[in-house]
Amino acid sequence: MNVPDNLLYTKSHEWIKILEGGNALVGITDYAQEQLSDVVFVSLCGEGEKLSANGTIGDVESIKAVSEIKSPVDGTVVRVNQGVMDDPALINSAPYDAWLVELSGVKGEDSLLSAKAYEELIGDEA
Amino acid sequence: MREDNMLIFEKSVAGRRCVTMPKSPLIADIPDGLKRSSPPGLPEVAQIDLVRHYTQLARKAHGVDNGFYPLGSCTMKYSPRLNEDCAALPGFTQTHPLQGEDASQGSLAVLHDLALSLADICGMDEVTLQPAAGAHGEFGALLMVKEYFRRKNDLKRTKVIVPDSAHGTNPAGAAMCGFQVVPVPSDAGGCVDMEALAAIAGEDTAALMLTNPNTLGLFEKNIQEIVRIIHGAGGLMYCDGANLNAIMGRCRPGDMGFDLVHLNLHKTFSTPHGGGGPGSGPVGCKAQLAEFLPGDRVVFENGRYAFAKRADSVGNVKNFYGNFLVCLRAYAYILTLGGDGLREVSENAVLNANYLMKLLAPEYAPSFEGTCMHEFVLSLEELKKQTGVSAADVAKSLIDRGIHPPTMYFPLIVREALMVEPTETESKETLERAAAAFKELHALAFSKPDALLEAPVLTPIRRADELAAAKNPLLKFEG
Repeated sequence: MNVPDNLLYTKSHEWIKILEGGNALVGITDYAQEQLSDVVFVSLCGEGEKLSANGTIGDVESIKAVSEIKSPVDGTVVRVNQGVMDDPALINSAPYDAWLVELSGVKGEDSLLSAKAYEELIGDEA
Repeated sequence: MREDNMLIFEKSVAGRRCVTMPKSPLIADIPDGLKRSSPPGLPEVAQIDLVRHYTQLARKAHGVDNGFYPLGSCTMKYSPRLNEDCAALPGFTQTHPLQGEDASQGSLAVLHDLALSLADICGMDEVTLQPAAGAHGEFGALLMVKEYFRRKNDLKRTKVIVPDSAHGTNPAGAAMCGFQVVPVPSDAGGCVDMEALAAIAGEDTAALMLTNPNTLGLFEKNIQEIVRIIHGAGGLMYCDGANLNAIMGRCRPGDMGFDLVHLNLHKTFSTPHGGGGPGSGPVGCKAQLAEFLPGDRVVFENGRYAFAKRADSVGNVKNFYGNFLVCLRAYAYILTLGGDGLREVSENAVLNANYLMKLLAPEYAPSFEGTCMHEFVLSLEELKKQTGVSAADVAKSLIDRGIHPPTMYFPLIVREALMVEPTETESKETLERAAAAFKELHALAFSKPDALLEAPVLTPIRRADELAAAKNPLLKFEG
């Protein structure tokens, strides 16, 4: 299972990448996409939306189920990834490139999991 | 294209008819303004083509009349033919909902007595027969919850609590009624996490929607404490009665402390199920909610049946009185079996599920230990890790062995889930043959996994492309 070192993670299987300048990209992990199986639809909140940690970014529908995607942190949506909405299979083929939203004003990343802690979490679950 | 793969619209030839009728002399009497400007867009075929078309469709389908149908959570029991005989009686079929009470006393008696019987079976004070399906009943009942608190001017109750093992219709119905859905997790034993529930319940709680036994096939043993917590917080208890087949005649949602319940006549009460309906999802409730029920009630006064308005009804959720002929079939089932028979139904449903669960072990491990109720959930996660064969692959392979797949990937809290519900109408021999097929597939997953990845191979359409079907569904014929 691919768990890149340079990202932070949530217990609900989102990853977040803090960019230079303080904005952050959010997506779902390799483990999450494997559990979901083939992703069919992605629906995301609008640009400008203010999210608190655990707020709903949108949902991801696979042939098995629909899952809500939660924001790992407080922040404001400055960009949504139209490319992923157009081609949801990108989440399966490259989960760490297929970011869903970019957030600004990011707060609360201290409570997130490191790659090592996340690997332990999915090790326990798997 | 092969004829048996064509749509009936593709078989249509202009002017062809099932029956040739003489031209009516009355057509000239119809005012021009009331005549159609163009003929209806119906397929035009000869009778033999019509009969062949539907016979071919029926041959491709798998119903409970074709073979074992252990689709968890759906209670695909046999539909007794006696129900059909009753529903075909001309006194019931040759009626119109607007023909008036005096000319409908027999039909009204059925509605009246069925509602009474269902109220008795689920321990409620009153029942409406109007909703057309389970989710429809849930929606109607949640409207009642909303109206109940609105009348009490208790407007802070905006949240409906739903376990993470719930049927998807529970959060969907609550959201459609404008409630905020709050999930409550399951504990290590597969039942509602009591600590989490106590922390969530409060003065904003409108209701808890609970299925008992739950979707893992486990009886919520803390039900009394759950009721104490929700009622203590001022909320209502809603029972998703989808799993009534496990407890009918043994215990009643009303006695457990539930305030509202919906039943699925097409599950527990043996009316035909599948193929898009029609179904029936009556809602029962305690007396303090009865005036809010959808639709009219049927009363029996001075030797005569009549409709009566409910004072604070949330309104009609369907036209007229629900799917009457479905209700009639359910009533025939109840009268045929009687109270003792209905109890035997649930006893045998639970016995069959436990027998099959034991037959499948150790190859297939149940997701939770102990005895189950009317169904059980297997996790095929280990099999998938060891062989690459998934729950879906085993399910598809069962089709080639004449068995309808169990419910897959539900409930969501179990990985690689297969949810198996044999129902009481299957014999010991059928269960043993099914178990043998499951076990054969388990062995095949190790010796020849590719065989399962390709299944089904004996069906007219082999492995369907579910991804394409979900992404680019063709929902209407464009000729």
